[in-house]
Amino acid sequence: MWHDALLVAGKDLRIELRSRVALNQVAPFALLILVLFAFALDPDRGVLEAAAAGLFWVAVLLSALLSVQRSAGLEAADGVPDAQRLAGLDPAGIFLGKAAAVAVQLAVLEVLLGIGVVVLYGVDIHGVGTLLATAVAATVGLAAAGTLYGVLAAGLRVRETLLPLLLLPVVAPVLLAATRASESALTGLTTDVASGDWLRLLAVFAVVYLAFGTVAYGALMEDA
Amino acid sequence: MRRGTGSVVTMTLGIAAVASLVATYAVGLSLPPTYEQGDYSKLIAIHPGIAWASYVAFGVTALASVLWLWPRTRSLGWDLLAGASAEVGVVFSALTLVTGSIWGRPTWGVWWVWDARLTLSALELMLLFGYLALRRVPADAEVRGRRSAVAALLGALVVPVNHYAVEWWRTLHQDRSLDLTPQDTLDGRFTFALLLGFLAMTLVYAWLTVHRYRLARLEEDVVTDDLDAALEARRREAVDA
Repeated sequence: MWHDALLVAGKDLRIELRSRVALNQVAPFALLILVLFAFALDPDRGVLEAAAAGLFWVAVLLSALLSVQRSAGLEAADGVPDAQRLAGLDPAGIFLGKAAAVAVQLAVLEVLLGIGVVVLYGVDIHGVGTLLATAVAATVGLAAAGTLYGVLAAGLRVRETLLPLLLLPVVAPVLLAATRASESALTGLTTDVASGDWLRLLAVFAVVYLAFGTVAYGALMEDA
Repeated sequence: MRRGTGSVVTMTLGIAAVASLVATYAVGLSLPPTYEQGDYSKLIAIHPGIAWASYVAFGVTALASVLWLWPRTRSLGWDLLAGASAEVGVVFSALTLVTGSIWGRPTWGVWWVWDARLTLSALELMLLFGYLALRRVPADAEVRGRRSAVAALLGALVVPVNHYAVEWWRTLHQDRSLDLTPQDTLDGRFTFALLLGFLAMTLVYAWLTVHRYRLARLEEDVVTDDLDAALEARRREAVDA
């Protein structure tokens, strides 16, 4: 299973490296969102700085939609599903590999967006550790849930419109928890609830969806 | 041949549902105005009942999906029941938000507050929308069944996480004046109206769901009948030729 996961993750990341879609389209899109937020919320009033954590995670979420869409699209085209079945890859391995590839892309994106938030919104980072832990937990959860819904919608003609509708309500708690957990680290404001509680929630989310995906991915792949 | 979705059971259910609805209406309107909320407190007869029915619908969809996924109990019926219950659930979910807003406006002064329960209901409604959209995508019964059962389970999985997320989120900033819980000591007549509302909405839910389920069955039959007829026609062509 782990071997298959590595193979699939390597394949997806190689495709992304060579095609440069993530780099040339998804990353600029994410930065564009940051700029749009600045237009919508007057940059002079300190709103951006106070809301930086939330805006950061909304940008991650919207870009994650694109990454997931693309990751699932890779599998649906050119008879890849049949090839995978013939190759005898473990479905759980495929799931973990695809989720890992999405997670890596999201992590790179988060670093970019983090720099963007610091530069554009004038945010000072106060707690690097909290921020890193939040990012890891949230990214794994997003990647796992995204990969699952990606394959669920993969073969459908309406997938571009259906995927956001399916995925966003489900990852809403990730947005909520990640925002609260990183708020104190980004804005320096003290919050009533310890970031630890939110971090645990993120971890639970990630574990639940990873476990579910490992079990259910095979069945879903058959339909794609 | 005339086949409908009615039967003695649905007839009885329907009569009971309508009768209890009428009773809820009468009892609800006869409630005395309260000091704090005036006449709006009468909404206690319907709003909690509707919210309850939406939870029941959600639960039935999740349960039917599990039964479909479980190989020993897998049958088309569970898939259709899950879909029927979700469709009725959307109606109740939306009505919960609408009646809640109507109640919230005079009592809290706003149509919407970002309270834990409201937020959770809104997310649930979105989940149901997504689920039903997925069901509408044309596919074989088997494929649709698996797809929608997994989607329903994925949606159900997130409900407890959502619950904690919005509870923590909102309990922090909870304002006493916006507390959703009704008066701690409910007058006997209010309790009666509340329970009657629960009963009425549950009956209406059951009635609608049974009809919707049978309609889904008929739809499936039409598809298979058409297929059989087409096969038969081709066969006859071959014989004639």
